[in-house]
Amino acid sequence: MRQRSQRRSFPTHVLVFLAPAVLLYSMFMVYPLINSLRLSLFEIGAQNQMSFNGLQNYVKLFSDSNFAPFFWRALKNNFVFFAVHMLVQNPIGLLLAALLAEGGKIRNFFRTIIFMPTVLSVVIIGFIWQLILNPLWGVAESMLKAVHLGYLFGPWLGKPESALVTVSLISVWQFVGIPMILFYAALIGIPDELTEAARVDGATGWDIFWRVKFPLILPTVGIVGILTFVGNFNAFDLIYTMKGANAGPDFSTDIMGTLFYRTFFGQQLQLGNPAMGATVAAMMFLIILTGVLLYMFLWARRVQTYEM
Amino acid sequence: MKSPPFYRPQQIVEKSVPIIILSIYSLIALFPIVMVLMNSFKAKKAIFGAPFQFPSPETFSLIGYETVAQRATFSAYFLNSGIVTFTALILTLLIGAMAAFALAEYDFRGNAIVALYLSIGIMIPIRLGTVGILRLMVSLKLVNTLTGLILIYTAQALPLTIFILSQFMRQVPKDLKDAARIDGASEYHIFWMVLPLVRPALGAIGIFTMIPIWNDLWFPLILAPSSKTATVTLGVQQFLGQFVSDWNAVLSSLTLAMIPILILYILFSRQMIRSITAGAIK
Repeated sequence: MRQRSQRRSFPTHVLVFLAPAVLLYSMFMVYPLINSLRLSLFEIGAQNQMSFNGLQNYVKLFSDSNFAPFFWRALKNNFVFFAVHMLVQNPIGLLLAALLAEGGKIRNFFRTIIFMPTVLSVVIIGFIWQLILNPLWGVAESMLKAVHLGYLFGPWLGKPESALVTVSLISVWQFVGIPMILFYAALIGIPDELTEAARVDGATGWDIFWRVKFPLILPTVGIVGILTFVGNFNAFDLIYTMKGANAGPDFSTDIMGTLFYRTFFGQQLQLGNPAMGATVAAMMFLIILTGVLLYMFLWARRVQTYEM
Repeated sequence: MKSPPFYRPQQIVEKSVPIIILSIYSLIALFPIVMVLMNSFKAKKAIFGAPFQFPSPETFSLIGYETVAQRATFSAYFLNSGIVTFTALILTLLIGAMAAFALAEYDFRGNAIVALYLSIGIMIPIRLGTVGILRLMVSLKLVNTLTGLILIYTAQALPLTIFILSQFMRQVPKDLKDAARIDGASEYHIFWMVLPLVRPALGAIGIFTMIPIWNDLWFPLILAPSSKTATVTLGVQQFLGQFVSDWNAVLSSLTLAMIPILILYILFSRQMIRSITAGAIK
């Protein structure tokens, strides 16, 4: 029974319960975010004097030769980064989850191991892989030679053609645990009766997975997709750790997060620019918002959620 | 080797292929971590000469750890990370539980709007407001303080915490609360009565709030980069930047930074994974 008598007024205790969260969240999250979006419409001088200049910062970001090449490259690289996660991380996560969902002691042990890199800091992961791939140490090369693939080895992180994909794959290696665990949770939630019926009818494991289980976990597929999107378009730590703020070699690993950092704080000879930084952040905001809205209206509404 | 008589060959394949795939992937997941742990206890010559071997009495060396002990102030970094993570965690759980209780328990005007307002932060990363956050922190004189980090991390963790906790709080039986109300308990008493009933959810949220805070590089780098306020993640990042050519020191500091999280993970991995799967099944 809800307290109807209190419907009209706004009782003190409700205020007491809500106020700390609403105030803290509004002050340190919502207000700075809105202020940041607002600043993208201003020019900020060296003495912090501000003048409104409409969408000029955006025009500059899209077409000025000091900003535009960097912006479009970072945007393109970010989509490559996202594509690698969608094509490699999430399918591997699904495969591992499907294999783990059969249950048993040894599989629970594997589950613990495979999730392990996910809990470590990106900084640690970045340095570990830098060491492993370092030709000086030669660990990666020896491993490849052991399986007669030594000729494939190269300074992958140092070459502009391969650095972005290498960094993306390292991120995949670290975070595969997240789709794995979400798919796993969804798969073990499917009641046995549903798969038993198909098994009795003579369906193979492969058929059961794609025709019975997969349609049932479609809502999770959507959640994994949108989490990957938001996470990837907000990524920064790994590239900053492995390749520095300049996202080398030759900006080939530059994504929106590193571009934002560099634009805001400046780097080497280039001065920091808060207004342009806010503009880059506003673009990241718009990209993420678009992704979230597409997910909400095109995916979440159409995909049937089954009560199991 | 003879196969058990009651399995057909096809069944053996069906049973063993998944285990083989999972074993291979587990090796891929574990290998880089083990390489670092193992080699951090070796002398430089052995690190390069025989990277795949476990430390032996001849190759064992703690030289890397000695360098780290002399050069880096890791204990201070650990203390900073500990203070920030612990305080933000307690604040998030307490403030979040209060708001979740209000949203779950009372049918006040504007309930749905407040819930929607608070849940925007689940999908929009707080980093996007960094320009505004830094200006705010400058005006509040909270740059290079642990307080600044604590406030940001609490604000960042609140939306999801409130969303999940309010779902759990709705499941607490009404009879219990109404009985307490008839006995004259205040609404604040009822909140403290409900809180222990959602303990499993608090535990799960606690773990998942802690890890990203402990591991974060962005806000320590931007809001609190001074050596006094550096967290472990930032401290390691800067230390490794300087000592990049001293392999012993690099491997040892990586090991030191990993160990606490790995121990926590091994102790709590069961509960962690169970909490996600329980949430999914419900």
